[in-house]
This record gives sequence, C-alpha cells and structure tokens, in this order.
Amino acid sequence: MKLHQLSVFSENKPGHVIAPCRVLAREGIDIRALSLADTERFGILRLIVSDWKRAKALLEQAGSVVKITEVLAVEVPDRPGGLAEVLEAFQGRAINIEYMYAFPFARGEKAVLIFRFDQPDAAIARLQQHGIQVLSSGALEEH
Amino acid sequence: MTARTPAAGTTASGAPFQPASTPDYLPAAILRELQLSRLRSTVERAWSRVPLYRSRMKQAGLEPADLQNLDDIAALPFTTKADLRDTYPFGLFASPMEDIVRLHASSGTTGKPIVVAYTRQDVEVWTSVMVRSFATCGLHAGDIVQNAYGYGLFTGGLGAHYGAEGLGATVIPISGGNTDRQIMVMRDFGVTAICSTPSYFLHLVDRAAQLGVDLRALPLRAGVFGAEPWTGCMRKRIESLAGIQAFDIYGLSEVIGPGVAVECPAQDGLHIFEDHFYPEIVDPETGRVLPDGDEGELVLTTLSKQAMPMIRYRTRDITSLMPGACACGRSLRRMRRIGRRSDDMLFVRGVNVFPSQVEAALLEVEGTLPHYQIVLTSEQGLDQIEVQVEVTPEMFSDQIGVLERLNHRISGALEHVLGIRAKVTLVEPLTIKRSEGKARRVIDRRRLQP
Repeated sequence: MKLHQLSVFSENKPGHVIAPCRVLAREGIDIRALSLADTERFGILRLIVSDWKRAKALLEQAGSVVKITEVLAVEVPDRPGGLAEVLEAFQGRAINIEYMYAFPFARGEKAVLIFRFDQPDAAIARLQQHGIQVLSSGALEEH
Repeated sequence: MTARTPAAGTTASGAPFQPASTPDYLPAAILRELQLSRLRSTVERAWSRVPLYRSRMKQAGLEPADLQNLDDIAALPFTTKADLRDTYPFGLFASPMEDIVRLHASSGTTGKPIVVAYTRQDVEVWTSVMVRSFATCGLHAGDIVQNAYGYGLFTGGLGAHYGAEGLGATVIPISGGNTDRQIMVMRDFGVTAICSTPSYFLHLVDRAAQLGVDLRALPLRAGVFGAEPWTGCMRKRIESLAGIQAFDIYGLSEVIGPGVAVECPAQDGLHIFEDHFYPEIVDPETGRVLPDGDEGELVLTTLSKQAMPMIRYRTRDITSLMPGACACGRSLRRMRRIGRRSDDMLFVRGVNVFPSQVEAALLEVEGTLPHYQIVLTSEQGLDQIEVQVEVTPEMFSDQIGVLERLNHRISGALEHVLGIRAKVTLVEPLTIKRSEGKARRVIDRRRLQP
C-alpha cells in the first residue's frame, strides 16, 4: 500500500537539480513522479522511482543526502472535483497532510495523487472506508 | 642514572613496553637537570650559528652564559612565525647544508611558506618521539597502521611514517584523499590503527556509512589524530561511530612536526616530550610567563634540535599546563588539548569570533556535527558572517518546515554564542572544499571587496 519516496537535498542554485536526475538516467532508473519543494535558499527533490533501493544507493554513492519516506498514492478521475472527493474523506479527522503532489497518469483519464500523511495507516483505513483506491507499490515501482 | 621504569612486560594500556619510552618515566629532578644541560647547548648553538638569535640576545643584553637555571629562559627573546618568513628560506639554519638530510615546508596561507630543516640526528629524534607517541597510544609491533596524513612537504606524513616503522608496526603509506580506496584498504588489509586529521577521519566515517561499511565491525581499534584543533564532542562522535579509541597528537613543523605531545589512554591532557621540547605558557598580550594551570599561549623551545633550533617559539595555540601526576604513571607534564589558536580569532563587526565558538553552537543543536565553513564578506562597509553547514543524513528531512526550523535553531545558537547575528546556509554534502586533509574553516572575502 505504501510507496517509498526518495527525498534529495538540493541547494537553490542553477544546475543543482539535474545532478541526481543524471545519475538515475545513466543507470536506467525511471522517475515515475517528481516534485520540487523549494525555499529561497534550498530545495527538496521528491521522487518516486522504478527501483528505490538501487536509486538510494546510487544517489548516496554520488554524494547526495537521501531520505526514504513512506507515502500513499491515490488514483482519482482526471476531472473537476476529483481531488475534493478524496480530501472529503479526511474532513473532521485528526489526520494531517504534510504535503501532496499530483501528476497525470499515462493509463487513461486518471490522475495520481501522492500524499505524505502524518498517520499513513489511519489514512489508508479512512480512504478504504470511502471506497477510494490506494495504489499498490506494483503500480508505480518495480521489484 | 636509574630511572623508575615499568618492569619489562606490559604498560598500563596492556601494550608491550617499548624501550624507547624509558624517558617518559624519568624522575622530575633528573629530567630538569637534563633539560638545563640541553637548553644551554641549544642556546649556545643558536648564538654562535644563527645571526638573528645572536642579535636579539645582544639587544636584550644577554649571553649564553647568563642561563644558569631553567627559569632564566624567561629572559630570552621570543621567536615568531614572522621571523621564519623574514629569514626565508634558510636564514634560521644552524647547520651547513651538507649536514642537513631533509627539508619540509608549511603551506603558508599568506605569501611565502616557512622552511624547516633536519640533520640525521634530528630525524632520529623526531622518529623516537613519534615511536614514543604511538607507544603511548597503545600501538605496538604487529599493528597495521594506515597513515592517511599527507606525504610531501607537510611534516605529518613522513613523521608518522618513520614513527610507526620505528615502532615495528606495519605501515600503509596511503597518504590523504581517495576516501573510497582508504575504506577498501582499511577493510581488506585488516588495519588496526589510523593516523589522519580528525576532520578527514570524520569524513571517512560518513563515507563508510554511505557505502554500507560498518567500521565498528573492523579490527580498527585506535586513531591518532592531529594537525588541527578538535573538540571533545568530535572525539565522542568518532569513537562511537568507528568503535575506536581516538588519541590527540600535537606538533608543529617549526618545532619538529607531529610528536611534540600526545595523549595516553587516560585521555586527560597530552604528555609533552619534555626531554626534547621545553614548554611555557605565556600571556598572549604581555608575554609574561604564567603559572601551571593558567590558560595562555604555548611557547616551545627545542632542546636537542641541531639544524634549526627554536628558542621560545610562539605557537599561537591556547592551552594550559596541567598540575599533578597522570594516572598512567608517566612523569612527563601534560598540557590541555588545544581548543583554539590565538590567530584563529576573527573580528566581525567589532566582536571577537573564534571558529571553535561556531563549532560549539553547531554541536549544541541536537544531532549536528557537520562539516562547516565560515564565510566573511562586506556589504556596504558592514561585515557579514555566513556559516555554511553541510547537510548530513541525520539532519535531513523530506519536510521543508523541519529543515527551516533546524536552520533557525542553528541561527539562534550562533547568535547566543557569538553575540551577533549570522546567516546560516544549508549546503549539499561534500561541497565545502577540503584542502590537504586540514579543514579550512574560514574564508575571508572582506579584503577583496572595495
């Protein structure tokens, strides 16, 4: 149910995001989803990749600081209101979204939302109660 | 002369007793007698062979014969780093070149380097104090020593090399740099002890963790670290992450190189090899000699050096001589480990700043002992201080807020310690330059800007 997301520290300077991407490209690791969170001075590159264990080892060997976080991926219809329906599931509940990002999925008219919850297990239960599909790791990662 | 030495067998640390260590146990009275006789021949040699020493002593109205007891040394003029630069390259040599078998030089941060010389006997003395240093750290024949000090003009590499060989250990002359290869050699060759700068070893520890190598599972049991000041917290981190005992060794090229003083397994101060180096602590402002226990600048006089005697050399290192005897039984006096140097002091907006204060602030913020650098700039005539901190895996988070709070905590701790506001910048790992294995802590760009 939970996906392994790689976070990579990056300085907020031209050319700094490309270095980890090059490492993954050279080793044939596919980036399935990506978001860049940034502040004035630094950024965090968040990645879902085809082989997170190998990607982590490769990036660390290249000198990057890498953190693995468990996140959830949820598939929603790519139409107005798609996101709101998912968020409704958490109304009035003490479950916080630390951050989220979305990307369109190549499999038809769906979008995938990546969530970092403060309580991932409670969030999974909640989503299932609302009949919302939580993607298994197989859908995005390879093993 | 019958010195009280430990019986044949083993020392307090469990290592076999090394015969070269006998002078470590001389009774104080015999040691003082030896120091006075050696001091008198050193001053005589300097007077008769080095014009600078002779003219300085004449100016002070002194002759070698005025030296009647050890306390009289306080009347002799100081020698400073500037004197070495002014007499570049060979002006302080007291031996003709045909008697000199080795030259070393220090990388000067400003202008010319300083050059130091050794006769064959000087190299033998240097080797003997390094043998004693390693023996004091509990090393012995059978140890495999990875010497990661830089080989070359820097005294660290060859000094440690001769000492470890002299001890009968197996030396791996790997020199500094190429960390991945260092880790491979350490693991594959069954290395039991390493010599390097503490900052380089911390870097090696971090790199080993990245490569998935657990140093605690290796036979490595001791590290002999020197050539730069380091803190007790750094020692704790090194010892727990690498599973070794970390010893501080002190020395400087101007006096001989590494091997002036070293820690014993009690790790409570560094024993000075007083039969070859005479220590004093002086007030850095007035030059007045301070009593044991008072903190001040370390001043060293060589007692047996031929090619380049050093009379009352101002080391710029701040420490104190420790009263009382050490648990290990050595009679050699101890100095506290060097936490800072008087010429490390920076003036920022009229406030004194020491790099060691910045380090203390970084340590105070939980879980961070990162590589850092202080960058000084000037904006519209006002000094700006920026502390760049390399992000470590322990500090890093996938959440912006956590990193920003860390940044604020470091800023707050710095302001508390320094009394002025410093900008904190988190930077990527391994982006702060490491030169020659020594950490370069300060970049001062103020003078470059109009």
